[in-house]
Amino acid sequence: MAGLELLSDQGYRIDGRRAGELRKIQARMGVFAQADGSAYIEQGNTKALAVVYGPHEIRGSRSRALPDRALVNCQYSSATFSTGERKRRPHGDRKSCEMGLQLRQTFEAAILTQLHPRSQIDIYVQVLQADGGTYAACVNAATLAVMDAGIPMRDFVCACSAGFVDGTALSDLSHVEEAAGGPQLALALLPASGQIALLEMDSRLHEDHLEQVLEAAAQAARDVHTLLDRVVRQHVQEASILLGD
Amino acid sequence: MLKSKTFLKKTRAGGVVKIVREHYLRDDIGCGAPACAACDGAHAGPALESQPRDQASSLCPWPHYLLPDTNVLLHQIISAWKPGTWASVASRLRPPGSLETYIEQEQGENANDRNDRAIRVAAKWYNEHLKKMSAENQLQVILITNDKKNKEKAVEEGIPAFTCEEYVKSLTANPELIDRLACLSEETNEIESGKIIFSEHLPLSKLQQGIKSGSYLQGTFRASRENYLEATVWIHGDKEEEKEILIQGLKHLNRAIHEDIVAVELLPKSQWVAPSSVVLHDEGENEDDVERDEERQLALKTAVSEKMLRPTGRVVGIIKRNWRPYCGMLSKSGIKESRRHLFTPADKRIPRIRIETRQASTLEGRRIIVAVDGWPRNSRYPNGHFVKNLGDVGEKETETEVLLLEHDVPHQPFSQAVLSFLPKMPWSITENDMKNREDLRHLCVCSVDPPGCTDIDDALHCRELSNGNLEVGVHIADVSHFIRPGNALDQESARRGTTVYLCEKRIDMVPELLSSNLCSLRSNVDRLAFSCIWEMNHNAEILKTRFTKSVINSKASLTYAEAQMRIDSAAMNDDITTSLRGLNKLAKILKKGRIEKGALTLSSPEVRFHMDSETHDPIDLQTKELRETNSMVEEFMLLANISVAKKIHEEFSEHALLRKHPAPPPSNYEILVKAAKSKNLEIKTDTAKSLADSLDQAECPDFPYLNTLLRILATRCMMQAVYFCSGMDNDFHHYGLASPIYTHFTSPIRRYADIIVHRLLAVAIGADSTYPELTDKHKLSDICKNLNFRHKMAQYAQRASVAFHTQLFFKSKGIVSEEAYILFVRKNAIVVLIPKYGLEGTVFFEEKDKPKPQLTYDDEIPSLRIEGTVFHVFDKVKVKITLDSSNLQHQKIRMALVEPQIPGINIPPEVSDMDLNGSGRKKRKLDK
Repeated sequence: MAGLELLSDQGYRIDGRRAGELRKIQARMGVFAQADGSAYIEQGNTKALAVVYGPHEIRGSRSRALPDRALVNCQYSSATFSTGERKRRPHGDRKSCEMGLQLRQTFEAAILTQLHPRSQIDIYVQVLQADGGTYAACVNAATLAVMDAGIPMRDFVCACSAGFVDGTALSDLSHVEEAAGGPQLALALLPASGQIALLEMDSRLHEDHLEQVLEAAAQAARDVHTLLDRVVRQHVQEASILLGD
Repeated sequence: MLKSKTFLKKTRAGGVVKIVREHYLRDDIGCGAPACAACDGAHAGPALESQPRDQASSLCPWPHYLLPDTNVLLHQIISAWKPGTWASVASRLRPPGSLETYIEQEQGENANDRNDRAIRVAAKWYNEHLKKMSAENQLQVILITNDKKNKEKAVEEGIPAFTCEEYVKSLTANPELIDRLACLSEETNEIESGKIIFSEHLPLSKLQQGIKSGSYLQGTFRASRENYLEATVWIHGDKEEEKEILIQGLKHLNRAIHEDIVAVELLPKSQWVAPSSVVLHDEGENEDDVERDEERQLALKTAVSEKMLRPTGRVVGIIKRNWRPYCGMLSKSGIKESRRHLFTPADKRIPRIRIETRQASTLEGRRIIVAVDGWPRNSRYPNGHFVKNLGDVGEKETETEVLLLEHDVPHQPFSQAVLSFLPKMPWSITENDMKNREDLRHLCVCSVDPPGCTDIDDALHCRELSNGNLEVGVHIADVSHFIRPGNALDQESARRGTTVYLCEKRIDMVPELLSSNLCSLRSNVDRLAFSCIWEMNHNAEILKTRFTKSVINSKASLTYAEAQMRIDSAAMNDDITTSLRGLNKLAKILKKGRIEKGALTLSSPEVRFHMDSETHDPIDLQTKELRETNSMVEEFMLLANISVAKKIHEEFSEHALLRKHPAPPPSNYEILVKAAKSKNLEIKTDTAKSLADSLDQAECPDFPYLNTLLRILATRCMMQAVYFCSGMDNDFHHYGLASPIYTHFTSPIRRYADIIVHRLLAVAIGADSTYPELTDKHKLSDICKNLNFRHKMAQYAQRASVAFHTQLFFKSKGIVSEEAYILFVRKNAIVVLIPKYGLEGTVFFEEKDKPKPQLTYDDEIPSLRIEGTVFHVFDKVKVKITLDSSNLQHQKIRMALVEPQIPGINIPPEVSDMDLNGSGRKKRKLDK
């Protein structure tokens, strides 16, 4: 293959990871006081911030209210300084709209929306630095933020991306790996039940390989779950100490 | 287990782009020594030897590992005869970055120094690490570097370090290794005259700038075979008018070697020259005779008309070297005890190479392989080093090896990994094999092949159905059943691409167990096949086509002659014979239909050698005979190929592997039309159909061989047929067969293309599962590229093999006079064809030491007038054939004119034969 060698003969990727290894994940919950819930996550160099408001009354036109469940409103934006080349507008472009839609689908599947009919839940996500796997980082940040807001969910939603190079599935792609143009798969998983909240794939991939890539993404998502679970437990512990229990 | 570190990089690509990358330093990379307990199992994969074998080095008597620095590795790796690409090797050398050995670039330290330091740190780490491992058997790691500063620093830090040369010299066990060392060190140049011959090559960045601005042109350097001071550069690009640039003179060639990608600068028009028609070979023994070269250069500049001047340029820099190891012979230096010798490659386009060896006397008169290391500015010849000894010149094995190597034909025995994918013997058809497979063992199938054929890949049957129609089946060996996609066996056959048939040898594409046994459709055994079955009416119109995987049991394997005999003899009336007769009848109708559509019947002189069964020397030559049965088999193969091509293209419009034959541009036919005109015949070339018709009509009652000659000429006008992927092209037409679509399906044992087609067809009919690479059109088109290259090379190798055996034949036969026909007329020679041997040769009229005869060349009629005798194309002449072995490396067949007689050119046949013979013998003796 011409160009970059994404996977060396020894099985190392460009940044020194092995095929199935994730980047370093650091996360914090409750970063903003005024929001109902908020979280910040770093997956390698990809950094995302999520805030959640709600459930609250429908804002704007009342006709959008749903009689049987809550309306999940997601907005995605990425900071102008988040990518190598500066962007003109932080949000409102096509990619942001699509990402917002995907987030909404993901969280409609995870949040128990039927508990809050005729109300609205707002999830705002901002990417501060993009280094591959923005969707995954957004979902993971938003999960923590939704939990911070105390909104009941079926389960964690954990997302991770996976790619495919030379017969091997790579999980948690970095920007360099994404830019190489191979097939790329984004998966949002409900780890306890193993249900898939969202699955999206770019470019062509042969049917025979799909299972392998899917398994790699699912395994990565489960790994993310263990980490997020730890973060949530620690946050709750800290909060309870502060409350003086 | 992950530690992260982030570096910031800034690159300029138009604007300023900030690149932030992280790099994970690992703590789980093992040292690779199997005996090491500290990193037990941390590193899977290739490991170091547990006890480094005693290298018997006088410098370091204790056991040790070597750690060569990157430059040493890159420059010496070719010593191991591995034609790999440098880029891929270099990228492999990227160290995975271990926590302990990672160092950061310091302020004011450049990248090179950092890398050197990194290597030193690694060596140090290794030494300390191994010390921990075991105290009693002290293993040491020795740094090998050619960089003086690096070595000094290493010694300061207490790391044992040597230069490559020091180390190899100290190896007392194998002294011949030193010859194979690539000589790169600057010291080796000191002996040469300090005079700088060549101008400097410009750096790559400047070249790229120049190419962008248009002041330089980029192209492939092609040295001339005839004249070592001349070359052409084929410009990459679409500007039609400046496709070729002439380079003349040693200085302008500026150390470029054949096939290099170079940058050239066009000279002003006043300095343009015409290609010289002089043959010049580099014979200078001495290195300092640059002046003489210059004189020769002047000799090139003969008076020429303005019209013949061609764009001329000079090489300013090399963009990419395309060096490979070259085959050739050693020309021993005249000075005794000298270790420097010149090496003369077999390919005349490659300059001679200076090598250093102590084994000159053993290597003399042998074919050897030499690799080029470099070409300094002050050296007349490039420097190289000895790689491998192939054997004695003139030995059949050596020469075969040389021609295989020179044509890049993979011919090593199959590796164990490849053989491991073969089915286990004894092999039989199992239940599992019968899935998706039809049992056709009851059919009366037979195969028809040339005598002595062991890889039978096709068989046929024909029977009458109850409704009066005929059922015709073509059964092809099911090779894709045995060669599963992606395994080592598949990769190896894809690499080989085709079986290469040499005169006395066959270089198989698949291991012999498959090619001559399990896949070969021999008689009276059950074999797996892929069948293409048609229902036809008696007018050979196809009513139904069906493809299926099957099991067949061939009832007879016949030769063409045997099959012909069965058809012809009225007494035979068994199943096989009636089947053959039916096939033959249909084939005739099919052929007629094909020719009506405009398929060409071309001709090329093909010869077969009769080999002596023991010495394998050729005894006799025979031109191939064509029988009705040959064309019968051919017809059905074509039909099967066309049917399959339609089917796979229908199913896989984007990634079917097809074969096309582009129509040649009209200018190609010029020679043919002119030649025919001289015999008052008209050849129309506007369509294939009209060409075929006019070739059929071109008959001359008193000259029956003329038609064959015309067809031979027509063959030369054709383009090469190529494989391609249907998604990457939109012209599918096969010109020669006049078919809108065509592929290769019928010889999977000897062509890889057929295996891919089999797989595609199997998927199309649901008999096999698909796999990812099969439906990737870029991968498929890569495969096509390789196949086209291999096929071309196989053809060249075959021709070279025939040429070599022709020489052997004439060596034993002595001097003979034969009738010949003129194929082409050149300015100072005629090209003749001897029908009896299918041999083509050139008769030159100008010889070195003789007065030049008066030659007048007429381009319009193609004719050549020599001292009053006129030669036209197709004239019958008589030539004398001799073997010219004055040049050991390039023995060749020489032809001289006997009839018609021209005073001063030829000598009366009888007397001269004796004469020449005698003097020739004497000369040979003297040579010894």
